[in-house]
Amino acid sequence: MKYVDEFRNAELAQKTAVEIRRTVTRPWTIMEICGGQTHAIMHFGIDQLLPPEIELVHGPGCPVCVTPLEQIDKALEIASRSDVIFTSYGDMLRVPGSHKDLFSIRAAGGDVRVVYSPLDAVKLAQQNPHKQVVFFAIGFETTAPANAMSVVQAKALGLTNFSILVSHVRVPPAMHAILNSPNNRVQAFLAAGHVNAVMGYWEYPPIAERYQVPLVVTGFEPLDILQGVLKTVKMLEAGQVGVENAYARAVTYEGNKPAQAVINQVFEECDRKWRGIGTIPNSGWRLRPEFADFDAERRFDVGEIRPEESAVCISGLILQGLKKPNECPAFGKECTPERPLGATMVSSEGACAAYYRYRRDVIIER
Amino acid sequence: MNNNPEPLTIQSAICPVPIRDRGYVIMGHGSGGKLSHDLIAARFLPAFDNEALRAGNDAGVVQTPGGTPLAISTDSHVVWPLFFPGGDIGKLAVCGTVNDVAMMGARPLYLTAGFILEEGLEIGLLEKVVESMQAAAAEAGVQIVAGDTKVVERGKADGLYINTAGIGVVRPTTEIGGANARPGDVVILSGTLGDHGIAVLGARGELGFESDLESDVAPLNHLVMAILATSDNVHVLRDPTRGGLATTLNEIARQSQVSIVLREDQLPIRPAVRAACEMLGFDPLYIANEGKLVAIVAREDAPALLATMRRTRYGEEAAIIGEVTADAPGRVLLKTGFGSTRIVDMLMGEMLPRIC
Repeated sequence: MKYVDEFRNAELAQKTAVEIRRTVTRPWTIMEICGGQTHAIMHFGIDQLLPPEIELVHGPGCPVCVTPLEQIDKALEIASRSDVIFTSYGDMLRVPGSHKDLFSIRAAGGDVRVVYSPLDAVKLAQQNPHKQVVFFAIGFETTAPANAMSVVQAKALGLTNFSILVSHVRVPPAMHAILNSPNNRVQAFLAAGHVNAVMGYWEYPPIAERYQVPLVVTGFEPLDILQGVLKTVKMLEAGQVGVENAYARAVTYEGNKPAQAVINQVFEECDRKWRGIGTIPNSGWRLRPEFADFDAERRFDVGEIRPEESAVCISGLILQGLKKPNECPAFGKECTPERPLGATMVSSEGACAAYYRYRRDVIIER
Repeated sequence: MNNNPEPLTIQSAICPVPIRDRGYVIMGHGSGGKLSHDLIAARFLPAFDNEALRAGNDAGVVQTPGGTPLAISTDSHVVWPLFFPGGDIGKLAVCGTVNDVAMMGARPLYLTAGFILEEGLEIGLLEKVVESMQAAAAEAGVQIVAGDTKVVERGKADGLYINTAGIGVVRPTTEIGGANARPGDVVILSGTLGDHGIAVLGARGELGFESDLESDVAPLNHLVMAILATSDNVHVLRDPTRGGLATTLNEIARQSQVSIVLREDQLPIRPAVRAACEMLGFDPLYIANEGKLVAIVAREDAPALLATMRRTRYGEEAAIIGEVTADAPGRVLLKTGFGSTRIVDMLMGEMLPRIC
């Protein structure tokens, strides 16, 4: 398969791994931001190719994991209304709110549908004029353009029965938060290439400067990740600070200008709570006032929901790279993908789910 | 960008209240994966408990008073859409049951067919389905000898559901079952993975792109007979339907208390299936097949079996995809092209609903 096979070439991967081993002289802690990269690392066993000096810690880049519980509870409340068709990316259906998940709402008669694109939700709104169609707009900069576009399209079509429940988050403020934490161990970042494909990486040099770290824009195929690690290790070993692009086939410095434009047209920055981490200033997007009619929170007046979260799992520490899934006493015992205690075990991009799916024997035996 | 962030205050550990036992059925209970298994183990098995059911195979094996071993199986079909490239609900209903009976090393003989029809269903459409069932039954060499028809109000069913049950005679010398895989055996797959699931998804218009992929739905009983005529050392036969190859092999690994190690570079997968899976984030190991079987056989017989299978209509692309070891009982592992190893788990929850 073109554009996939050439980046999964085993021989080249081994060569890159050898070069990484040759380059490294001391221990380094590198965080991959994106949950997609975490899964690729586990799926292809890339960590098994790396020398013991390199520790990959897993970042907060899993949109499902960091969506706060109160937003999920709001989604559940809206989805249970009989006049609503609630649409979402498939991953969100399993994520438990305080008491239920979207699967349960559907089983109890709610009209909950999986869509691959928010534009499909707009179509549903056209086809069902007597229903309110709500899309759960979660995610990072990657999903934001399409989600913004759905609102632009709905407005252009004059739809009064379409709205989105927004829970958007942005990567750079999370990097700030992690590097600024007194407990930080991260010495370099593999930046999330898909985010950079949209946003470019013009926001990143000030972060690298401020915290004196290397940031390497990295893709998602095995060779991409190994190349990203190699570039990062070279920079770390040379004491080099700055931003490099190891994903040039998809990412430019400026990024996708029209995508950024539609984001800015529809959304504005806001403080956002990250599940397990807390509120990070300016880390999210919300609808601009001129698009307030499309805000599901206003339309349905869900009010303020203050959910109670109990304290068993360490997903907050995992999302900040302070702990690894295998350091959690509940991992693979009380906490499994079927009975998740935390969002990092629920989402298919969550670090705990990745460890569980691909490595649990090794981990539990230890 | 925020240039003067406050140091991050870490909240105490945070987690949602997990959803324990649900009081109602969700779609994932019909996925063929972990939830289906749990439902069977917790709700059906204790109530109906008997030896044939406990064996946990595709068909129950029982003895007639005269001592003839019979394989009995049943399967309900709710696929949507009713017609898809390569097949339809009728062909699926016949092949599904024929294959489940055949996987016990049995020769399927007779089927029953129960129809649940929705008020308003076009008779012409029903006729097409019935013709397709007859064609599949003729190819398999089975007769449909009893049936039932029920009609429900419009809106209470999605056009048409079909249940079939089947019966077949097990060859007296045959010892085939999910608990019989042994360390040293090899795993043969009769052809490419995931064709059915992706074809149905395409027919629903859910791929977002065109594909000319056809479902692999086919009766496999003649292939099974060819396999059994070639070797007396076939230990397990199973068709990897819902839940895909991953789920089927996990069942076998648990029943036999062995581990099964797959080689990623040996798995036959069509480029169209790979591409669709890449785009949608699916793993072909979990996508349903309706015309493929897994044979776990003694290593020494594998070359002859492979040659036999490749000469048959539904086994042309048969391949050895892995082996059975004693290392990690109950586990399915996969050796990647990079030389690393990962766990291949059962399907959790729902992936593609109503594919059969």
